[in-house]
Amino acid sequence: MRILVGIICIALISSVIISGCRQDKSTAEALDSVDYNLHIRPLLSDRCFKCHGPDANQRKANLRLDTPEGARAALKDNPSAHAIIPGNPDKSEVYVRISASDTSEVMPPPNSNLSLNQNEIALIKKWIEQGAKYKPHWAFIPPTQHTLPSVADETWPKNEIDYFVLQKIEMANLQPNEEADKERLLKRVSLDLTGLPPSPELHDRFLADNSDNAYEKIIDELLAQPQYGEKMAVHWMDVARYADSHGYQDDGLRTMWPWRDWVIHAFNQNYAYDKFVTWQVAGDLLPNPTKEQVLATGFNRNHKITQEGGVIDEEYRIEYVTDRTNTFAKAFLALTFECAHCHDHKYDPISQKDYYRTFAFFNRVPEKGLLGDIQLASLADPPKIKITNEEVQNILTFINKKDTTPVEVMVMKDTTWKRPTHILVRGVYDAPGEIVTIGVPDIILPFDSSTYGNNRLALAKWLFDEKHPLTARVFVNRMWQEFFGRGLVKTSGDFGMQGELPSHPELLDWLAVDFRKHGWDIKRLVKQMVMSATYRQSSVISKKHVEQDPDNVWLSHAPRIRLTSEGIRDLALASSGLLVKEIGGPSMKVYQPKGIWESSTSGRGVLARYVQDHGDKLYRRGLYSFIKRTVPPPGMLIFDASNRDQCEVKRGVTNTPLQALLLLNEPLMLEAARVLAERLMLNQSSEEERIKRAFLSIVCREVKQAELSVLMTYYETEKNNFRAAPDKAIQFIATGEFPHENVSDTVTLAALMQVIQTIYNMDEAITKT
Amino acid sequence: MSKEFTDHRFHLTRRHFLGKLSLGIGSAALGSLLIPDLFLKSESPLTSPGLPHFAPKAKRVIYLFQNGAPSQLESFDYKPLLNKMTGEELPASIRMGQRLTGMTSGQSKFPLVGSSFTFNQYGNSGAWVSELFPNIAKVVDDICFIKTMHTEAINHDPALTFMQTGAQQGNRPSMGSWLSYGLGSENKNLPAFCVLLSRGRGNGQGVYSKLWTNGFLDSVHQGVQFSSSEERVLYLKDPEGRDRADRRNMLDQLAQLNDLNYKEFGDPEIKARVQQYEMAYRMQTAVPDLTDLTKEPDNIIKMYGSDCLVPGTYAANCLLARKLSEAGVRFVQLYHQGWDQHGNMVGEMPLQAQDTDRATAALIMDLKQRGLLDETLVIWGTEFGRTNYCQGNLSKENYGRDHHPRCYTMWMAGGGVKAGTTYGETDEFGYNIARDPVHVNDFHATVLHLMGLNHEHLTYKHLGRYYRLTDVAGKLVPGLLA
Repeated sequence: MRILVGIICIALISSVIISGCRQDKSTAEALDSVDYNLHIRPLLSDRCFKCHGPDANQRKANLRLDTPEGARAALKDNPSAHAIIPGNPDKSEVYVRISASDTSEVMPPPNSNLSLNQNEIALIKKWIEQGAKYKPHWAFIPPTQHTLPSVADETWPKNEIDYFVLQKIEMANLQPNEEADKERLLKRVSLDLTGLPPSPELHDRFLADNSDNAYEKIIDELLAQPQYGEKMAVHWMDVARYADSHGYQDDGLRTMWPWRDWVIHAFNQNYAYDKFVTWQVAGDLLPNPTKEQVLATGFNRNHKITQEGGVIDEEYRIEYVTDRTNTFAKAFLALTFECAHCHDHKYDPISQKDYYRTFAFFNRVPEKGLLGDIQLASLADPPKIKITNEEVQNILTFINKKDTTPVEVMVMKDTTWKRPTHILVRGVYDAPGEIVTIGVPDIILPFDSSTYGNNRLALAKWLFDEKHPLTARVFVNRMWQEFFGRGLVKTSGDFGMQGELPSHPELLDWLAVDFRKHGWDIKRLVKQMVMSATYRQSSVISKKHVEQDPDNVWLSHAPRIRLTSEGIRDLALASSGLLVKEIGGPSMKVYQPKGIWESSTSGRGVLARYVQDHGDKLYRRGLYSFIKRTVPPPGMLIFDASNRDQCEVKRGVTNTPLQALLLLNEPLMLEAARVLAERLMLNQSSEEERIKRAFLSIVCREVKQAELSVLMTYYETEKNNFRAAPDKAIQFIATGEFPHENVSDTVTLAALMQVIQTIYNMDEAITKT
Repeated sequence: MSKEFTDHRFHLTRRHFLGKLSLGIGSAALGSLLIPDLFLKSESPLTSPGLPHFAPKAKRVIYLFQNGAPSQLESFDYKPLLNKMTGEELPASIRMGQRLTGMTSGQSKFPLVGSSFTFNQYGNSGAWVSELFPNIAKVVDDICFIKTMHTEAINHDPALTFMQTGAQQGNRPSMGSWLSYGLGSENKNLPAFCVLLSRGRGNGQGVYSKLWTNGFLDSVHQGVQFSSSEERVLYLKDPEGRDRADRRNMLDQLAQLNDLNYKEFGDPEIKARVQQYEMAYRMQTAVPDLTDLTKEPDNIIKMYGSDCLVPGTYAANCLLARKLSEAGVRFVQLYHQGWDQHGNMVGEMPLQAQDTDRATAALIMDLKQRGLLDETLVIWGTEFGRTNYCQGNLSKENYGRDHHPRCYTMWMAGGGVKAGTTYGETDEFGYNIARDPVHVNDFHATVLHLMGLNHEHLTYKHLGRYYRLTDVAGKLVPGLLA
């Protein structure tokens, strides 16, 4: 399954050679000034902090190097010596030890499987020579809005974003790409804002519009479509680990979909981010909360819940609180709190006590670890709300509820008594230690109960305190990742010491402050990003790009990104005309190969067997596909979607043979080709026109002559093939449950379908270009 | 094989340069961009596995997972004292207040119960095996029994997940994914990690795709499930009315279109996608050829039992596992369900044994006669053991046993394993470990070792942390090695 491409070999080798040539300029000697955050902390964190960092229990020789006080203190074993003496590397034990040749002396010790190379050692030496200045970690310093940097090419920027980006491009000695052609730009922005390809009608209209603000008009139009909320909801469902089953063992049915309908609604109504998050974290604690505000708190009940007979109640109750705590940290703070569940964090200043102080906010839910087994078929465990048809008609109109029985949704609630929260020794549920009160890691922003209060609502207030260093940055970064494929901080789930540094720190801070100052307006932020010249660049990758900036850190071209699992389904549905544009409602059981659920089930519960839906339900968007956690839809596994086991903020983008098999043979992909072919056959247009139209619908641009000639030749070949074996044509077009159009020339239809199927499999078809 | 390793490293390096994925390069990658080649010389051992770490004893694994926890007391851990003491209360000095599941913690009595099946010693090694496993009894001299496995979880879901991924919770890569990541594949037309499911006649527990998940690793390391239906791998079959020649022609046209696109965009991912379509095409031929068991000679069918011609049976999966492994699949994972005997031990245990005994032994003999046993590691295992006391009603005719994580039996055979031995010993009550415990992490460390991997060095950096299959623990167990 290895990916091996000759051409990449050549690109790779040349990039190594070119890099090799530059090496003399990049060594420690070549640097005038060594910076702690940029050069030193990544080294110390990665190679030293595990034993000489924040975790007090694991600390060796009582030495910590993550604080200047620790590094300059007298050594425990040799009080006359010091780990670091600023200005004097030869007297600094750190330098002496990392440069030692004796294996019993050298640090890191050989058995740690860690090492420093000569260049890294030289960097640390130079840093000590220059005074060993420590700086606070960038992510914990509140962002400030820098002035726009000056750039050489003043004509290129279209908004503020572009000044920051262009400055870096110029520094890297690159040039930004030309603006993408209108067709590809339209496809890109349509996919990014609605998750759907532009319709041929929109395509023609945009191409014909030569006004200066033609592009902006399109953006406003797309942002106003209800499909915008669906597109935005997909990412949020990953963050919230949304699923339609409970997740453990027998994995019974649950009904959290009204919460998902609310998320779509909130994005479409453009709820400000502070409101959107506050309702989800603490809607139940708002004064006289509305039913909608309580529904939003389902966010914190989307975690897995066990129904396995015989489990120990408290073990699982603790597990749920742990999940909420970890999700809170990852989703809103981009910090790996989970590392402090069992011991002090090894890299970040998050103590185990901090962990359980945050845990205490989520530890007051009147819930049980195990409520009932699968036989009880509980769709929602308390605390929960019932939503009636009357409420759907009057207040919760965004919920797509069809039957008359009330639907139950799990929500948050605090008990009136405060369950004491203990530090759990080694994170084990039955090893309670010291009792702690609510709180957070002070390094982020101290938690002042007299200002905020002392419950989850207080935690939400803390999150949106204007001095908070993380909240805005984390969300802005994830939105950037959504549109540019890679965050300004690449590790969008880890802003801690082991995370990557921001590639454009000033831009990140500018966007974060701007977002907060403008009322946390999400649509405004999105529009800002897609209006930029940075976003509008073409995605052509030159040899220079591959050699100098293969990860496109400096953003000198637009990314080419494969569509998501949901996106591929949506493309097939929308381009063929099969899409049913209904919003929300219970999730759908679409085509799925036989036996997937049955072969792995215990046989208990209503989800033991997969009972496929029919009719319109087969043609709803990908985000409505039913997710049974223990056996997720195969397309989601194959195309790198989250399995919704826990909070995820970023999906992988891989390229595998199973993806090719799905695109070639999956029933919906074939059905889309068949239905589109039938519809085109009903038109009176020429055969060439049909193929052109199909190409436009799927790839979202006019076909080029060279492509058309490949397709036309292939079409003729296939017509001959099917003419010679007309039975095969009938077999081929018999795919899918969607009613057939009355097309008598089945040979031509099958050939057209085959050509269309080929177009669906083009790399460009399933790629945001 | 060395070429495969080169390919694998190259794959990683390619990702390093074209990195559309977070593959754990961490701060170093950005640092090297900010200051080109700052880290060039280091190639930190943590980010570039450089594998294997040493000469492997085994090249491939076949893991026969007995899902639901077959009782060690009715199979391989012979405890005559329990027969003598049947009906007597489990002494508090033995139980030592250790936790029980919610299914028996409410019982007022914990009556000991001996196996109703007879044990005998077999082979030169004199291993004890119950009458339910007459065929495995014939190959005990190839086997290393571990009587002292112990785990931390007491319920199926977390215990299974722990056994297969090294963590009770969370979405960690499974053992097969780690080996795929570490060692790659020996066969370009088949996945490195294949999963086969079957179901017995006893009380069953489900299996979950998270047991063969790639977790945070690249999805090429995901276990690929081979089903018993006509379409062995999902979406493998060409559409109705289309044959191989049609598909070949389609892929050629598609490659032309993609090539035109590559000329315009220069994105190496386009070339990579064309390669994936080619691999898919080869899989479409390779998989049906390989999974066609009807062409196996009669003596082989006899060995595995006629069930092996019924797709989806344990026997068929054992034979298929041999074929996949022989073709170079790195890790073949079987799951056989139905081993959860909370009650009706007397009725169900023989059925489960009957469905698995013959084919299990046949697999070992078959590998041996092909000269493959030396380089193939065969594992027979489960998620935990069963209690020495009766769950529910103890009658003359029947009994049941609850979950027991404190000791259970697994065994290994083949590449690098000390054949014909028994490792560790449980106390005479079969409740606690008397000597030489093997924790799940230790077991993982040992399996990786046999495959040429140091469990502390096979790491992947994800969200700031270097993850391992063995998490933060695990010790190699030298007593299991040849």
